[in-house]
Amino acid sequence: MTGVLLRAGHVTRRFGAFTAVDDVSMQVQPGEVVGLLGANGAGKTTLIRMLLGLIAVTSGRVDLLGGPPDRERRRRLGYVPQGLGLYGDLTVRENLSFSARAYGIAEPALPAGLSGYAGVLVRALPLGAQRQLAFLTALAHSPEVLVLDEPTSGVDALARAALWDTIRAQATRGAGVLVTTHYMQEAQQCDRLLLMSDGRLVAQGSEADIIGSTTAVAVRTADWARAFAVLNAAGAPVMLAGRAIRVANADPAGLAEVLGAAGIEASVQPVPATIEERMLLLARRTEAD
Amino acid sequence: MTYSVRSATVRFGHTVALDDVTVEVPAGSVVAVVGGDGAGKSTLLRALAGEVSLDRGTVEAPPRQHLGYLPASSGSWAALTVTQNIDFVAGIYGLAGDELAARRAELLDRASLTHAAGRLAARLSGGMRRKLGFVMAIVHRPDLLILDEPTTGIDPVSRIDLWRLVSEAAASGAAVLMSTTYLDEAERAAHLVVLDRGRVLVQGSYDQVRAGFAGVVTQASRPARAEWSWRRGRVLHEYWPGAAPSGPPAGTTAVAPDLEDIVIALSLARRNAVRS
Repeated sequence: MTGVLLRAGHVTRRFGAFTAVDDVSMQVQPGEVVGLLGANGAGKTTLIRMLLGLIAVTSGRVDLLGGPPDRERRRRLGYVPQGLGLYGDLTVRENLSFSARAYGIAEPALPAGLSGYAGVLVRALPLGAQRQLAFLTALAHSPEVLVLDEPTSGVDALARAALWDTIRAQATRGAGVLVTTHYMQEAQQCDRLLLMSDGRLVAQGSEADIIGSTTAVAVRTADWARAFAVLNAAGAPVMLAGRAIRVANADPAGLAEVLGAAGIEASVQPVPATIEERMLLLARRTEAD
Repeated sequence: MTYSVRSATVRFGHTVALDDVTVEVPAGSVVAVVGGDGAGKSTLLRALAGEVSLDRGTVEAPPRQHLGYLPASSGSWAALTVTQNIDFVAGIYGLAGDELAARRAELLDRASLTHAAGRLAARLSGGMRRKLGFVMAIVHRPDLLILDEPTTGIDPVSRIDLWRLVSEAAASGAAVLMSTTYLDEAERAAHLVVLDRGRVLVQGSYDQVRAGFAGVVTQASRPARAEWSWRRGRVLHEYWPGAAPSGPPAGTTAVAPDLEDIVIALSLARRNAVRS
């Protein structure tokens, strides 16, 4: 497999006066896992829906597997939407039969985790089993492109690790994967990242490319909640990592002064910035606009 | 004041959702419940909220009017505006007039929702909707606040807003019980409870849980025993339950396990023990 699997060229989408996606260009190649990051409302899902041909572009151009995202090309695509896209009023077996027919393949066997549920209505399934079924449905026809919208939201740590094994295996066999996530640890497992903010693509590349020139300071103290409240009240761009407080683009001496004035003993040290800090700074700029 | 669920067992048909679970939630602190699908997190929260009845055990909770509960599903009305949602819930608790106006303004400000006060809940982003749900759960200043996955599916920036609201609620005296699938969040809680298939795997402060963790976690590109390993970023971690803390097995690199490692390791230990 060669060439670009998914491509957006200067794609814009408006809903009335609101611009959900603003002049975005990106692509996904075979064998790579591309992470699409951004705050809720940044335009990630709208971009995905255009790439898949589920909604029209206002301007620009979308190519799926070398052409417009029509039905023929969509057969070579696997998609797990945020809501999983299953039919709640059909059984597990009926969901599988339906999608197998739609894709023109033999019905896949049920894996161990689902074998007891064949005749059960999907809406009565535990969420974990529903997710497993959604993945099975999306992967059964060995798609060349796999698009996953927050596949691990609400999934426990062990199941999340297993899902990422599946995602990696798809890329290894040559599929191109586009995945959105809010877990920064998952972003680190992608080969390449795209960061959206307010409908625009504001950074792309490696984790370091996304972080750019952002810096960070870690504040460690016995009472994180109090230090957090004090720094937050002082207008600092604060984040939390476990019980450490992190402040983006801050001067360590200034922070130490604010904490000292509140009578809080803390260690204040420069640390490598993370993608979350870049996102926080973008969000604050948006609010200020 | 400490609220609690003691020796609680809840069955749904043949499924045991909670199996002899005891959890205490003291006033002024945050207790976090972690665990996977079917671990029993929601059942535990609903038991304390009085939404499910116990087959065995006891619940100590304040009367309904002093309890705030944010269910896992959004908990707001899509066809009402942000203000209407808040006012409707506040009205149930008898909040009205200037008192309501002041409380509403204060909460909207703290949740960074003031600019969206007139927007329909259906038009909010996921993070904003969760914050609205939180505001509605806390509008009447409850003594006990129960939050079912308030941050799931929320972007990192909105998650911080929610944590600020949660820690402020605890700081002003509320007892907070919340569930989460983000383990770095659970580290922040004063007390954390790890549930697995209806039972408490371990509970205590983060330091206690870490100190009580036996065995060694190692890191490798290829694990020796697949059933004891899991993916962490680009590498794989593996758990050696029997290994002495002084040294991991020869030829492996030990890592300092964080809460995510500990929860996965304990879950694997239980699964592998059940299997063998």
